[in-house]
Amino acid sequence: MRTISEYLPEHPFFRGLDERWIDLVVGCAANTHVYPGAYLFREGGPADRFFVVRRGRVTIETSTPTGSIVLDTAHEGDVVGWSWLVAPFRWTFDARATEETSLVAVDGACLRGKCEADPELGYALLQRVVQTMSDRLQSARARLLDLYGNRS
Amino acid sequence: MSTQDEVATERSRTVDSAMVPRQFVVTASRRDTRDTRTLELRALGDEPLAFGSGQFTMLSAFGAGEVPISISGDPTRPEVLQHTIRDVGGATRALVAASPGTMLGVRGPFGHGWQVADGRGSDIVFVAGGIGLAPLRPAILEVCADRASYGRVSLLYGARTPEDILFGPDLRVWARDHDIDVEETVDTGPHAWRGRVGLVTQLVARVAFDAAHTLALVCGPEVMMRYAAQALIHCGVTADRIRLSMERNMKCGVGLCGHCQLRELFLCVDGPVLSYDRLEPLMTRAEL
Repeated sequence: MRTISEYLPEHPFFRGLDERWIDLVVGCAANTHVYPGAYLFREGGPADRFFVVRRGRVTIETSTPTGSIVLDTAHEGDVVGWSWLVAPFRWTFDARATEETSLVAVDGACLRGKCEADPELGYALLQRVVQTMSDRLQSARARLLDLYGNRS
Repeated sequence: MSTQDEVATERSRTVDSAMVPRQFVVTASRRDTRDTRTLELRALGDEPLAFGSGQFTMLSAFGAGEVPISISGDPTRPEVLQHTIRDVGGATRALVAASPGTMLGVRGPFGHGWQVADGRGSDIVFVAGGIGLAPLRPAILEVCADRASYGRVSLLYGARTPEDILFGPDLRVWARDHDIDVEETVDTGPHAWRGRVGLVTQLVARVAFDAAHTLALVCGPEVMMRYAAQALIHCGVTADRIRLSMERNMKCGVGLCGHCQLRELFLCVDGPVLSYDRLEPLMTRAEL
């Protein structure tokens, strides 16, 4: 497996970031491995990290009185979590591994500090996080339309 | 008779024959999902119905009504006419209920199809949503039959739930035997579902294709097709290389009645398959 400093610069989320900023992100990152059923985070908990899935599958879930519902899944290459950058820095959903999953965990509090010290880095990361949020929002809105029920 | 009259007479004969249903008998009916079945039909004492992938017929259940249904079978086997039909009430309910031996009426085939051979030498990306996989199936089979002529082939398929996924055995065969990168996703899935949950357009960025040499064929609900086209363009595919299968209220099938009109287009003859560069200005206009 490639090291984090080899892997992150090639990842679409980080592609194009200045090399010195990549080094800062790498300085806040660590490899982690979780087993099926393990939660990466729980709704309401402190959003102090975000994750890049290197291998495996993660479900984004929310709890209802009749059980949890899977809202989205994340797979190899996906970025999980944006609440680390948005006050009040609390997770809005649960995230759980459903198979053995390898991830890069990035310390959000560490990165926030670096973003505040270097607004250019903050803006570059914000652009990427907003893109992720925009993709999720479009997906959620389109699925609200229940499109597949309508074509005969 | 003048040449003009001869042309008019010939056109009238063509239109007349296109308006008269041929009799077909149901030879098999297979349940695909809770509300969708595939019927196999054979022409009664007549020549088979040759068709191109992406074309449709006007299918009638006698006494119930006539509806446009895309052909979902193999274009190299015209002796078996396959239609995959979702029960949405009325005529489609009668068609879905048709058991082997039932007589149905068939007009067509109509329309301009996928012309998938234009993609020879290129990568192919199929994007299907819901029952939109049915009109794409003939094109996929065409590619499978001539697989060496195409580059990388991907099929991105979105369904409402895992139970709504069509042609499950086909999807596995296409991936295993024909080197097609099949990616499925569902809008909502139970915990037992081990695949993806999300929108099909999100898959576009996940598969490998050479955008400058790609032909993309997209079929599904219109909003989904628009988002899929935008995702493909974002990845570098040009609008003239993205083809969509449009659905309107096809009635006559020969461009006369105007029910399927989309501004200057009659979708039953100009479509249903059209390139996105022609469709884009029409698809963002409300109530067109």
